[in-house]
Amino acid sequence: MSEFLSQGGYGFFVWGAYGMVAVLLVAEVLQLRAQRRTIWSRLGRLTRMRDTGGTE
Amino acid sequence: MKARQKRLVFVGLAVLGVAAASTLALTALKGNISYFFSPSQVVANEAPQDHVFRIGGLVTEGTVRREGDGLTVHFDVTDNAETVKVAYTGILPDLFSEGKGVVAKGRLGPDGVFLAEEVLAKHDEEYMPPEVASTLKTTHAEGVAETAIQASEATN
Amino acid sequence: MTLNWFKFASPASFYPIAGRLIPVFWILTLLLLAIGLYWGFFETASKLGGSNPQKEYYRIIFIHVPSAWMSMWLYIVLVGWAAIGLVFNTRLSFMMANAVAPTGAIFTFLALWTGAFWGRPSWGTYWDWDPRLTSELVLFFLYIGYIALHSAIDDTRRADRASALLAIVGLIMVPVIFWSINCPDPNQCAALHQRSNLTRIDGNILFSMLTMTLAFWMYGFAATFMRLRSIILTREAENTWVQELLNARRQA
Repeated sequence: MSEFLSQGGYGFFVWGAYGMVAVLLVAEVLQLRAQRRTIWSRLGRLTRMRDTGGTE
Repeated sequence: MKARQKRLVFVGLAVLGVAAASTLALTALKGNISYFFSPSQVVANEAPQDHVFRIGGLVTEGTVRREGDGLTVHFDVTDNAETVKVAYTGILPDLFSEGKGVVAKGRLGPDGVFLAEEVLAKHDEEYMPPEVASTLKTTHAEGVAETAIQASEATN
Repeated sequence: MTLNWFKFASPASFYPIAGRLIPVFWILTLLLLAIGLYWGFFETASKLGGSNPQKEYYRIIFIHVPSAWMSMWLYIVLVGWAAIGLVFNTRLSFMMANAVAPTGAIFTFLALWTGAFWGRPSWGTYWDWDPRLTSELVLFFLYIGYIALHSAIDDTRRADRASALLAIVGLIMVPVIFWSINCPDPNQCAALHQRSNLTRIDGNILFSMLTMTLAFWMYGFAATFMRLRSIILTREAENTWVQELLNARRQA
């Protein structure tokens, strides 16, 4: 296991590279899901406002 | 942030982005990016005498020597036509080795020795495990041949 | 096959299709990532030999090459959709271009980052003004420019058109920059990054690299389709079908 993490002493470079890939791709997915939730809640609010015919 | 301020920021970013891209494009077209001089050119005094430039070629076999203090290394760079001596104090990249491609950045010293402040190693497109890799002899010959071709094109 | 393609060109009809495809792409992504990463770390030699005797850091190849290829491929896809939008005036085309851009930008950044972390131990530097590296940096600026320009213009249709034009101009600029630096006179320029040649790569390394490329491609589809659906909802909010979806969600 420590051999795997060390990657021949080049662990900083290997995991520095793989780490950034993991972080950004996971962050992108999380952001997309949050964006979708926001859009639905915003749409819901607008429709409710319209239906009740005034400010909430 | 007001809507108009946001727009301003975005337009600014867009303009900066395109400006940066165009600047790179223009400088690239001027051939200022990433140039080096071959040992033949350095020997023929075509390289700048008084400021930093890059020299590229192959590390001549059997010329890598470390000084007594262990920090400074000496080696020769060749394009199979001419050779230039290089001195460098620092850590060499992992792929630096005799017979392989090298690019050094630095100045030419008064005695004709190139004093490098940076040494980069080049490598080719092969990715093979040790037991399967083409023999050192064949690839060395290929590498030398290719550099010789490039060098002769350069000097012609 | 006589299919009415223009039927699929409407945001309303593509929205559910994308929705059904997203989970498929996620499964493929995770499967291919598992295979590619396992093979890359456990079925390949830990060090290389021959003319390119790299140490363990060479394994960055399994994320660097896929990122770089995806960054270029997604840009071509972006320009394709932008061009179709300009020519046919179809709403969905511009939405596709906008959905692709951020994912493309991320892959470009990752290509540069992973390349830097690979370049430092192997060549001896994180960065060089080499043709390939420089062109990739320009590509990153183009993605950012596209997104920024689109955000800057309030009117959606004008924003779509302006950024589409920028993307198309960019497509021409990239090979120009690349070939101008990679100039035929070896006196005037140097290339640090080697040419690419898939025939000189070990079978196990190649398999892992290609599997990871496929994995990134499936990821690209999943992320782009997720973003596309959000874009569709935003732009088509006033339409009945969106309202119906909203009511269906409320009742669920």
